Amino acid sequence: MRKHNQILLQGNEASAMGAMAAGMRFFAGYPITPSTEIAEYLSIHLPQVCGTFIQMEDEISSMAAIIGASLGGVKSMTATSGPGFSLMQENLGFASMAEIPCVIVNVMRGGPSTGMPTRPGQGDVMQSRWGTHGDHPIIVLCPNSVLECYTLTIDAFNLSEKYRSPVIVLMDGIIGHMWENIVVPENIEIIERLEPEVPPEWYRPYEALPCGDIVRLAPFGEGYRFHVTGMVHDKSGFPTLIHEEIEQCLNKLISKIKNNLHDIIRIDEYRLDDADICIVAYGSVARSAKEAVDIAREEGFKAGMLRPITIWPFPRFHLEDIARKVKMIIVPEMNYGQIYGEILKSCPGKTLRITRVDGELITPDQIMEKIEEAVL
Amino acid sequence: MIRTSEAIYKYLRPDKKYPHVWCPGCGIGIVTGALVRAIERTGLTKDEIALVSGIGCSGRISTYLDFNTLHTTHGRALAFATGLKLAKPSLTVIVVMGDGDATAIGGNHLIHSCRRNINITSLIINNNIYGMTGGQYSPTTPMNHIASTAQYGSIEKTFDICKIVEACGASFVARGTAYHAKMLDALIERAINKKGFSVVEALSQCPTQYGRRNKLGGPVEMLQWYKDNAIPYPAFKKLSPDEIGEKFPIGVMTDLDEPDYLERYNRIIKEAGSEGQ
Repeated sequence: MRKHNQILLQGNEASAMGAMAAGMRFFAGYPITPSTEIAEYLSIHLPQVCGTFIQMEDEISSMAAIIGASLGGVKSMTATSGPGFSLMQENLGFASMAEIPCVIVNVMRGGPSTGMPTRPGQGDVMQSRWGTHGDHPIIVLCPNSVLECYTLTIDAFNLSEKYRSPVIVLMDGIIGHMWENIVVPENIEIIERLEPEVPPEWYRPYEALPCGDIVRLAPFGEGYRFHVTGMVHDKSGFPTLIHEEIEQCLNKLISKIKNNLHDIIRIDEYRLDDADICIVAYGSVARSAKEAVDIAREEGFKAGMLRPITIWPFPRFHLEDIARKVKMIIVPEMNYGQIYGEILKSCPGKTLRITRVDGELITPDQIMEKIEEAVL
Repeated sequence: MIRTSEAIYKYLRPDKKYPHVWCPGCGIGIVTGALVRAIERTGLTKDEIALVSGIGCSGRISTYLDFNTLHTTHGRALAFATGLKLAKPSLTVIVVMGDGDATAIGGNHLIHSCRRNINITSLIINNNIYGMTGGQYSPTTPMNHIASTAQYGSIEKTFDICKIVEACGASFVARGTAYHAKMLDALIERAINKKGFSVVEALSQCPTQYGRRNKLGGPVEMLQWYKDNAIPYPAFKKLSPDEIGEKFPIGVMTDLDEPDYLERYNRIIKEAGSEGQ
């Protein structure tokens, strides 16, 4: 039955609404299926709150513009799909290197190249981790419902501000285009951009603070005149080729994520307590996996599910924990096994995959078949 | 006019950024001087200015000058600047690019910035070559001239930057040279004060990577060439095709009063039903 405060929303719409609830006031993007509804929604609603919507000439400039806007002190976002995501990679690396908070929504379609614009896929999992060149930190969140499109987009902004890092919301086309009744949650914590704690003459935007604290990013034009570059830089932001400073710059970049895994990683566990078969699934596939777990239980198989919500950094420790307890791990994905490969690194020998790349959903039956096949 | 020593201490950043990357005889230093003097004349404070640059020799200007500085990716300076300007309209945003930066890899952003008429000042330092990477041919390398990737002479036609940006809708278009330094001060000052998208193309000698290969002489001879061939725009328009030869126009070529992007965007905000920025 439909509750009073429920509204019917599409995943893309919910993500756009979540972004606005998080305080996002600048969106730059370029039309691409299946993400375009996000831009369309924001082109109507951002001007209503004096925010900026701009349709740029391509995805390269969209990514550049949100970095510029973030330096102006405004929370910013773009949304795209595979081909556009490819074009964003260089500037995504810039945001990572220069530590500029921003959010990128990638609604995955079937790839590679132009692929299948109107069919879903999960082929950008590795690209979201390693798409831009060089070692770099990144956070990637993966919703599996319309409600999560809303809440995880807010989460993405919070993590982005907290860790001064670009954060990617990686949803598959099914989630982006799915409609569900949701109750829009209230009182979700929003992390705001805070002014630096020190006066301008003391400000070192890239200093490594004790205890791993991260220097607050001063907006341009407020008296903190500093330099932002994609080059390896010293603590003031100026290019450097001094060995110690190069190491400091890159180590700090990696460790700010590595030292905070407990805060960044979100997982969902389903009926795992006594399980000896663990299905690892994310995005829309996790919905089928959950159904498959229920069916398997009814048929007497002790199945459970681990759903990485944060897929990068990968919840390796959680997985290794579970791997010690279960006999088998099954990884269904709408790709040839991108997360499967990641799991193999920790748990070789008992991991199986289910791949589907024909533009269709992975069904509970398909997962069930694999469970039966594996057990028998 | 501000004295050079005063300008150095006021606008250049102290500490460890020097020696700068530019070769002896390079024109970018002269253009940087003109930029600083122009800013001094506008009366804007250093906090009010954001200097955004691309990649290449010209891209390094942002490292040395004491403003809010953003050294972006190759060709994308205008796209970064667009986001910054729209997010914080109170900033005066100045973008410095090279010829390859602005018209090859960044050509798309250049023409669309013109079309939007966004209130940003662009300074395009045109030295006819990719200097930093070792002298490869750019969209402004003259036909038949030699570059490290055009050893038999370039076979590509050149862009006329001023004509392109004028056709694409820039509100203010001007050209100066490193020889006409005082004029360049005034052109950049006018561009900064102009509402809408403004472009100043500054021709600047690259004796190391371009001049030497094409036997154009040293920096003095290259500056002399600018002096001999630059014609003020009104006089240039009266030249017959035979008289033009290698001559090129300098000065202001376009100066229009049109609504800029933010003015138009405020209409959207009003129509969307909010209070306005």
